[in-house]
Amino acid sequence: MDRPLRLVAANPLDALARTLEALLVVASQPLSVDDLAEAAADDAERVEMALSLLGERYHEGRSGIVLEEVAGGWAFRASRDAAEACGRLFERPVERGLSQAALETLAVVAYLGPCSRPEVARWRGVAVDSVVAGLVERGLIAEAGRESGIGGAVRYRTTPLFERVFGLESLAALPRLEELGGEDGEIRERLEALAERRPA
Amino acid sequence: MSVRELELDLDAFEGPFDLLLTLVLREEVPLAEVDVAGIVVAFIERLAEREELDLDACGEFLVLVASLLELKARSLFGGEDGELDELGPEEAAEELARRLEEYRRIKEAALWLAERLAGERDRFFRLGPAPLAPPAERRLAPQDPALLAASLRALAAEPPQVSLKHLELRFPPVTQFLERFRALLKRRSRFDFESEVEGLTRIEQAVAFLALLDLCRSGEISIDQPRPFAPIRVAREETARSEESEVPWTARSA
Repeated sequence: MDRPLRLVAANPLDALARTLEALLVVASQPLSVDDLAEAAADDAERVEMALSLLGERYHEGRSGIVLEEVAGGWAFRASRDAAEACGRLFERPVERGLSQAALETLAVVAYLGPCSRPEVARWRGVAVDSVVAGLVERGLIAEAGRESGIGGAVRYRTTPLFERVFGLESLAALPRLEELGGEDGEIRERLEALAERRPA
Repeated sequence: MSVRELELDLDAFEGPFDLLLTLVLREEVPLAEVDVAGIVVAFIERLAEREELDLDACGEFLVLVASLLELKARSLFGGEDGELDELGPEEAAEELARRLEEYRRIKEAALWLAERLAGERDRFFRLGPAPLAPPAERRLAPQDPALLAASLRALAAEPPQVSLKHLELRFPPVTQFLERFRALLKRRSRFDFESEVEGLTRIEQAVAFLALLDLCRSGEISIDQPRPFAPIRVAREETARSEESEVPWTARSA
C-alpha cells in the first residue's frame, strides 16, 4: 500500500540514492563523492552512479531543488526559476558591493594563491591590506600558512565558499589567465585601422 | 588642436585630458586605473580626423603621455625602484612590459569574475557552518559486571561519621587565671610560670599566659625570661604593691 517513492522503478541504486538525498539536504556545504561514500557506507563508484540518478531528478526546470557539482563537491541549491522568490526572502550578502579592487585581489589570490599581501600588492600596484581584510571577513579568502622564513607574511587562498559563490566546480574551472583578454589585439586593430585610413 | 582639451571617455575618467592630469597630480584619480592606451587611441583618432599633421600638438602629447606612463609605472612598482635600477634600460623596459601585461591579465580575470558573479546572482543556496563531526568512539575494555557492582557498592556505602570533637574548644575565662595568680602573689612574691601551669591543657596554658600579660600590663607584676624558651619568672611588682597595706606579710610567706 504505502510504497516508497521510487526514482527509477526497481533500480538497485534506489536506496543509496535516497540516502545521498538525505545527506545532501542535511549538509550546509558541498559534499565530495568521498564524503558521501563514507557517510553512506558504500563505494565511490556506486555513489557517482546514484548521484547521476539524483541529477536527473533534481534538474533545472524539473524541480525547485537543483543538484549541482560545485566547490569540489555536490550540493542542493534553489532552481533559477525560484531566484526572484528567494531574493524576496534572502539575500546573498557575500558578494554584495564587491569593489573593483576586491575583484582584482580575488583574481590574484585565485590564480596565484596561496599568496601574501605583499605579493598581491606587487601585482595590483597598490596596498591591499583593507581589501584583503574585507575578503577574509566575507569568507571568500582565508589564511593558508606563512611564507617561509622567520616572520614570513601570512598567505591567503580562496575558500570553497568562493567557488560556490562564483559557481565553480573547482579553481580549475577558471579560464586560463593566458586566454583572458584581447584588449591588446583590439587596440592594435584600432591603431592599424587608423594607419590604413591615413595616407602614407 | 589643443592636446589639453582632448575629450576622454575612459573607465576611470571622463572629461578633458587637462582635468585628468590635474586630478592625477592631486592623486584624486588613481593612475593605476587610468587606461593610458585608451588616451593614446583617443588622441590618434582625433588626429586622424584632421587634414594636416599638427606637429606641435603631437610633441606636447608625446611629452605628456610619456610622463603619465612614467608616473604610472612608478606608482605600479613603487617599492622596487632599486630592483629595476640594476637592470639595463632594455631589460627594465621588458620587465615593465611583462608586469604591465600581468597586471592587465589580472584586470581581465577580475572582469571575468565580475561577469561570472552577475550571471550567478540567481543561484541561491544554503550557507552554514560545517556540521559537527560525530564524537570519536571510545572503546572500553570488557568489564566484569560483578566487579562493577562491587565497585558501585563500595561507592554507595555510607561514609563513617567524622568526629568534630576537636572543633569544640573550650576556652576557660581569663579572669579565672587572673584571680588565681593574684591569690598566688598574695602568698609569694615570685613564682615560675611553667610550674604553675604544669599539667594544664595547652588551651588552659595559653589562657593563663594571657592572664599573665594582662597582669603585666596593669603593672601588678614584672616578667623575666633569661633567654628564649627558658622558664618564665614572675615577680610581684614591689613598687606597685608596696602602697597596698595587705601585701607586706606575703613577701616571705613562700
